[in-house]
Amino acid sequence: MGMTVSFLILAILTLAGGVAAMTLRRLVHCALALAVSFAGLAALYVNLGAEFAGLAQLLVYVGAIAILIVFAILLTHSSETELQKVFSPAGIAGALLALAVFAVLAWAVVSSGAAHSAASVAAPQTSMREIGFALMQRYVLPLEVIALMLTAAMIGAVILAVRPTSGSEPAETQAPRNPELRA
Amino acid sequence: MISARSADQVFVALDHWIVGHVPAPFQTLASIVIAVAMIIVVFAALFALTTVFERKGLGRMQNRYGPNRVGPWGTFQPLADAVKSLTKEDVVPHRADHVVHYLAPLVLVGVVFLSYAVLPVGRNMIAVDLDTGVLYFFAVGAATELAVFMAGWSSHNKYSLLGAMRAIAQMISYEIPLILSSVAVIMIAGTLSTVKIVEEQARYTAGIAHWNVITPWGLAGFILFMIAATAETNRSPFDLPEGESEIIAGYFIEYSGFKFALFFLAEYIEMFAVSGLAITLFLGGWSSPVSFLAWIPSWLWFFGKLLAMIFGFIWVRGTMPRLRMDQLMNFAWKFMLPMTLIVILSAGIWRFLSPAVVGPRPLGGVIRWLVCALVIFAPYILLARKLERGHSMEKRTYRFAE
Amino acid sequence: MTPLAGCLLVSSLLFSVGLAGALTRRNAILVLAGIELMLNAANLNFIAFWRFGPHPEFLTGFMFVIFSIAVAAAEAAVGLALILAIYRHARTSDVSEITEMKG
Repeated sequence: MGMTVSFLILAILTLAGGVAAMTLRRLVHCALALAVSFAGLAALYVNLGAEFAGLAQLLVYVGAIAILIVFAILLTHSSETELQKVFSPAGIAGALLALAVFAVLAWAVVSSGAAHSAASVAAPQTSMREIGFALMQRYVLPLEVIALMLTAAMIGAVILAVRPTSGSEPAETQAPRNPELRA
Repeated sequence: MISARSADQVFVALDHWIVGHVPAPFQTLASIVIAVAMIIVVFAALFALTTVFERKGLGRMQNRYGPNRVGPWGTFQPLADAVKSLTKEDVVPHRADHVVHYLAPLVLVGVVFLSYAVLPVGRNMIAVDLDTGVLYFFAVGAATELAVFMAGWSSHNKYSLLGAMRAIAQMISYEIPLILSSVAVIMIAGTLSTVKIVEEQARYTAGIAHWNVITPWGLAGFILFMIAATAETNRSPFDLPEGESEIIAGYFIEYSGFKFALFFLAEYIEMFAVSGLAITLFLGGWSSPVSFLAWIPSWLWFFGKLLAMIFGFIWVRGTMPRLRMDQLMNFAWKFMLPMTLIVILSAGIWRFLSPAVVGPRPLGGVIRWLVCALVIFAPYILLARKLERGHSMEKRTYRFAE
Repeated sequence: MTPLAGCLLVSSLLFSVGLAGALTRRNAILVLAGIELMLNAANLNFIAFWRFGPHPEFLTGFMFVIFSIAVAAAEAAVGLALILAIYRHARTSDVSEITEMKG
């Protein structure tokens, strides 16, 4: 089937981005690799027929979260190389633990019925109209809760990030200013 | 009438003809290649044209000649520029992060060209008719910020980093009004597909098209969209990321030769793309404004509107001085954002004031128009007065070198 | 191997990579990045089960991913604001050096 080749390429891209993000020495490289991983996941969603989710993933993760992470790296002066060997004892222990978790998960996936029973069904035809109706009717309460939570999170983030010395100034006017020269 | 229709569909017919001559297994591939090649060739040519147009136009506005040495009236200037940038030495700073420095312009150009996939440049002339077209446009555009950051950070130069930071702050701040002002259109059209949004506007009542720009929310939304688009593409008066007099050239200061040309190209291509989206959302896409001009081919309408928009950009660049960083941010968050929300409110009111509510066509339409205009205009006056308070407009004296 | 199992394996690999990063890296920002990767792996699972599950027309898994993306945006904003506040206080973003609360 045609889906598997593109799926495989995108999966490898995503995983390579993830591994690079977790192992590279320079933090900005990590952030860029993370963005590649996010974009690969977005493409995977599109590949699986969830076009809207993929584009939302691209818009939020690559357009906002990756940029936020990059800003945070520059603001905390962590853009220099991290002084830590990749193969430290703690690193090896963590990697082994993660490997163990993967082994358990993979065993569960392979041995469960899901791996064998689910035949490849035709891609569900979801139009934007249906998604809109679902958001506005069935899922309208979660939508409102999410809106409230986003507002609360935004206010909270501004309060946390605003500098105590200049508390009266709104955060968005000062956040982007020359981070490298600060402190 | 037959000839008009065939002129309208000449490129579509040509595309079908070429694809028809390709062996069957490769037909999908061939149509993809043709679409991509057409987009790149046409818009790169438009870029070349625009550089001359802009320099001549700016020259005219500033009482000078502009380029006039190469070819008749300087029209071959882009060729000379291309040769120059291709043959120039490609200087990479010693301490630059070479991989990221190399990738940044490529990512930027690639991402910017991707957004053309959902722009309908004529009837049946679109690369991919996505159900989520407008969302796709913004989602792909979001990656340009990362490319700008890559360019600024990898150069290892404080001016380039400052320029990148300014650019990202500006692009994020103005992306919100840009998306919100298109939400009004999406709400009224009830679809995210660019093709359907254009078709919705290509209907005629009494010979006049249903363009969104002739409604009050559409007009206000269009103006807000264009301001946000100017900022999003880093055009003057929002060209702080480049600010030659402050941070020399911003994030692409350390780029030379062909890579610099790529940045230059990306900037213009992005401007065309965002103008194309504005045409699609507000100016009826490829449709003609009045029904008796509908015989003119649809792609001519689209490119005519695009050229008019480009002229608008050049005019604004020749007219407005550059903003300060704090003015830029205050404008985005205190003026643009509330106004776009009000535009959405007005669009909602427009939707519910159907002829069944306000009465039959001529009078009801006028009432509906006035009510929606009032919903936008009254908050605008209040907001503008509030923002202007304490900022008197009398003559100010600046003291330099304090 | 069916497509569903392929998706699940990819997502469990991604989850493990994120877990390894969150456990071993010492910079708080990268710990957060690892957590984001784990969250994304879970989202991929939801999409896979929606796509290959019995009732894709109900959009349940799909909607969960949409809401999860919104929550992740809020989480990243607050998390990074916290890291900034800690950095301002302790002058470091290394999680192993922030030991003020240690008894």
